[in-house]
Amino acid sequence: MAEEMRIVLRNYGKIDPLKIDDYIAQGGYKSLEKARSMDKKALMDEVKKSNLRGRGGAGFNCGMKWSFAASAQADQKYVVCNADEGEPGTYKDRLIMEGDPHTLIEGMAVCAYAIGATKGYIYLRGEYLFLVETLETAIAQAKEKGFLKDFDLEVRSGAGAYVCGEETALIESIEGKRGEPRFKPPYPPNEGLWSKPTIVNNVETYANIPVILEKGADWYAGIGVASYPGTKVLTLTGDVVNRTFFEVPTDTTIRDVVFTFGGGVRDGKRFKAVQIGGTSGAFIPESLLDTRVAFDDMNAIGATLGSGATFVMDETRDIVDVVTRIMKFFEHESCGKCTPCREGTARMHELMEKINEGQGSDKDTALLNKLGNVMTYSCLCGLGQASPAPALTTIKHFAADYQAKMK
Amino acid sequence: MSYKEIIAKYADKPGGIIEAYHAIQREMSYLPIEAVGETAEVFKVPVSQAYGVATFYSMFSVKARGKNIIRLCESAPCHVAGAEEVLAALEKELGIKVGESTADGKFALELSECVGQCQATPVLTVNGKPYFEVSPAKLTGILAEYK
Repeated sequence: MAEEMRIVLRNYGKIDPLKIDDYIAQGGYKSLEKARSMDKKALMDEVKKSNLRGRGGAGFNCGMKWSFAASAQADQKYVVCNADEGEPGTYKDRLIMEGDPHTLIEGMAVCAYAIGATKGYIYLRGEYLFLVETLETAIAQAKEKGFLKDFDLEVRSGAGAYVCGEETALIESIEGKRGEPRFKPPYPPNEGLWSKPTIVNNVETYANIPVILEKGADWYAGIGVASYPGTKVLTLTGDVVNRTFFEVPTDTTIRDVVFTFGGGVRDGKRFKAVQIGGTSGAFIPESLLDTRVAFDDMNAIGATLGSGATFVMDETRDIVDVVTRIMKFFEHESCGKCTPCREGTARMHELMEKINEGQGSDKDTALLNKLGNVMTYSCLCGLGQASPAPALTTIKHFAADYQAKMK
Repeated sequence: MSYKEIIAKYADKPGGIIEAYHAIQREMSYLPIEAVGETAEVFKVPVSQAYGVATFYSMFSVKARGKNIIRLCESAPCHVAGAEEVLAALEKELGIKVGESTADGKFALELSECVGQCQATPVLTVNGKPYFEVSPAKLTGILAEYK
């Protein structure tokens, strides 16, 4: 049977997050010490070799990203943590920050050393303001113990904008502006915060770093699926028996997540669909449940791993209604900067409403497909590009639900 | 503390407008237009930009609203766990609709997207503090904390 494996949550519930000595007793900050004794290139090669890929959703090789910023010439570089965990159904980053803030700080300090940065920011979503104190306390403790040396770390708050999870929008927000994504390139490792080379990684990504350095890149690369090694924290919501979280190796199947870890569907009902990766995730039918929770495996079935949010729906759920609600979300969260997203999300919501109210026809689903595909290709950032997925995948996998509502 | 004093505290923070806005809202629950103007001046940005920031983020309001801000999550995990019933009960209990404030100025009722507490749905927050597994029966007790 599939088993949980805790890397980023290794200390969760075991230590007092506000006591740095607890963290140190678990071997904390030894990896930072080790990193600083290494040649920077060798350090980045080690991270690269572990094949750790970004846990925020884009899945880019972490060590590779760092090396871009390391080779950029600038008088100032920045290390930023994306703690703007806004995907509905996701709370993994909160678990890490709440239960083990030092692992995040250590991971960021390793990155700062590797790329030559002296300033870092944790961009914390506005809904987690109660965590500011935890993080600031932990930062002060690490400073006091002398672990941070010349690395200055500051917490900045968001204020309720989903799009700020997109890294360039997040950067704009730290600069005190509206969180509208930038045109890319240039990418942040070359030109990011205040136009300086900047690494933006997710909380979960940084939390992996201390363990990779402690146990070695080869050890990490051997866990789970080779192309996306390590673990993934999944948060289970919806009609599932165990509405809780698990950290599992990436070769775990969705079936195991829902039925073994999740305990199956609530109230003895039958499974209908699971949406993985957050609100822009694909709706996955029973026939695809043997897919592994790894980046490329998910992409191969037209889905995404995203944040690891796992939303289970039982046979009684009205899929068209849920998707309509999701499209309302995107219309609201679209920042309005680019036309395909600003207009597209509104029109997709409008079409879904029409179908949901029993006024739709096959012409409308065809139009949704066409519009959704155009948005996938033409929207400026990930928000717009991913937003049609719930509609596109349900039209494909749950056609009967749409037919039942046609006039 | 006046908004001028609050803003002054953040003046040296690069890009600190959002932090300043949060601090003002902790005192006054919204951003008076004069405070937005003052922020623009202190941070040396056009008023349009300061106003643009104030109206971009869903947690900021440039309109006066009740002192205690209740936000009910309407994202999918809370939605399927019964958020709609909670909303109906909240509107009844407070005697207002979403987007309004009570006549005594104590409460503002808003909807929010996911607040990241999905282990115990439905969730609402009051001034950012989360309340778990909220049901219509629990509302009176929660609201009493702020009366």
